[in-house]
Amino acid sequence: MRTVEQEIADSGLFAGLEPSQFEFIAGCARFERVDAGTLLLREGEHADEFFLIRHGAVALELHAPTGPLVIQTLGDGEVVGWSWLFAPYTWHMDGRAVEPCSLVSFDAACLRGKVEQDHELGYQLMTRFAANLIDRLQATRFQLIDVYGRAPAGA
Amino acid sequence: MSTGVLQPAPEALVPEPFEVVRKRRDMADTWTLELEGGPFPFAPGQFTMLSAGGAGEVPISISGDPGRSEQLVHTVRAVGLATAAICAAEPGRKLGVRGPFGTAWPLADAEGADVVIAAGGIGLPPLRPAILALLSQRERYGRLVLLYGGRAPDQLMFPDELQAWREQGIEVHVTVDSAGPEWLGHVGVVTRLVRQAGIDPSSTVAMSCGPEIMMRFLVAALKEEGVPTDRIYVSMERNMQCAIGHCGHCQLGPTLVCRDGPVYRWSVLEPWLAIREL
Repeated sequence: MRTVEQEIADSGLFAGLEPSQFEFIAGCARFERVDAGTLLLREGEHADEFFLIRHGAVALELHAPTGPLVIQTLGDGEVVGWSWLFAPYTWHMDGRAVEPCSLVSFDAACLRGKVEQDHELGYQLMTRFAANLIDRLQATRFQLIDVYGRAPAGA
Repeated sequence: MSTGVLQPAPEALVPEPFEVVRKRRDMADTWTLELEGGPFPFAPGQFTMLSAGGAGEVPISISGDPGRSEQLVHTVRAVGLATAAICAAEPGRKLGVRGPFGTAWPLADAEGADVVIAAGGIGLPPLRPAILALLSQRERYGRLVLLYGGRAPDQLMFPDELQAWREQGIEVHVTVDSAGPEWLGHVGVVTRLVRQAGIDPSSTVAMSCGPEIMMRFLVAALKEEGVPTDRIYVSMERNMQCAIGHCGHCQLGPTLVCRDGPVYRWSVLEPWLAIREL
């Protein structure tokens, strides 16, 4: 049986941190399983936790007048949620499990409190989340290019 | 590894009449046409010059099964006069065919390796012959991985075959740029699939076809995973007119795409694609 600490240590997100820091972060984390269809984040609501996907897929959705649009799907090893890091700590979109998911859930307030005590850990976390943000930003820019060309006539 | 330059037979320089025997609509503006007009052996990756009388001639990759030389299959998107006329051809109508031309996907050189096939949008049809050839000799290869990206779920090519290929031993990863909540598959750019596929760079040969900018980003993602650029192959598109390396319209650096391509090793192409004026 793997522990939360082991799971955190093996994740790409937290790779390279000190063992003591894994332990520190694990104090704010727990395993969680959710069914397909579970809403993990809801636009406008308080961002009081975030998730690391062990197995499964989570769709990030935006609500348009025509209905929800899936912007991106996140899978194994990916992190769901950044808004917990930045005031006013509210979600900008919905996050819905599209299949049964095994997750590590992090208590955001707990972790924010810990990084206030340990700025080195705060810096390390911020560096990793910034890299994640850049990666997603690049992907979004690529999406915006609409590389597959014009819509078929009549579509 | 080499894609090899396959010289066309002299008679292939004159258009031959091929009859449209079947036609299937893949998308609103994209059709797959099955033609018959005599045996037409080809290597996966090659193209023909296809013409509908009076509307001009265009290079179109062959999308059929290389194991079935009695049948010539093309998947065509109507984007201009010639392609619209070809797409409008009904069964019984004859089209002009020259070829086959160009270089092939390096299937023999990839034996024993994992093969990653990465396609975007209408880039899947030129890879279909390679996929069918790989499946016909499945035991000669390691993992077969297909990464396919499209604009939206209803703009994915060959949806039935994607499922069939999955059942035949290809790891099929599909993503779309945007979708509604009814789509339970992956949403995001095709490059993100590279990381998720868990590629072993030491034993991977990659083959890609799609919009040039997609291939550039995709190659960057493959390089990030450690795949050497001399084991990444792409199919290029340029203004091919004569298809026999005489007119020069399709020049790309020191190469002519109709003669030295369309399938290139990325390491050969990379210096020339870095020159924006080319």
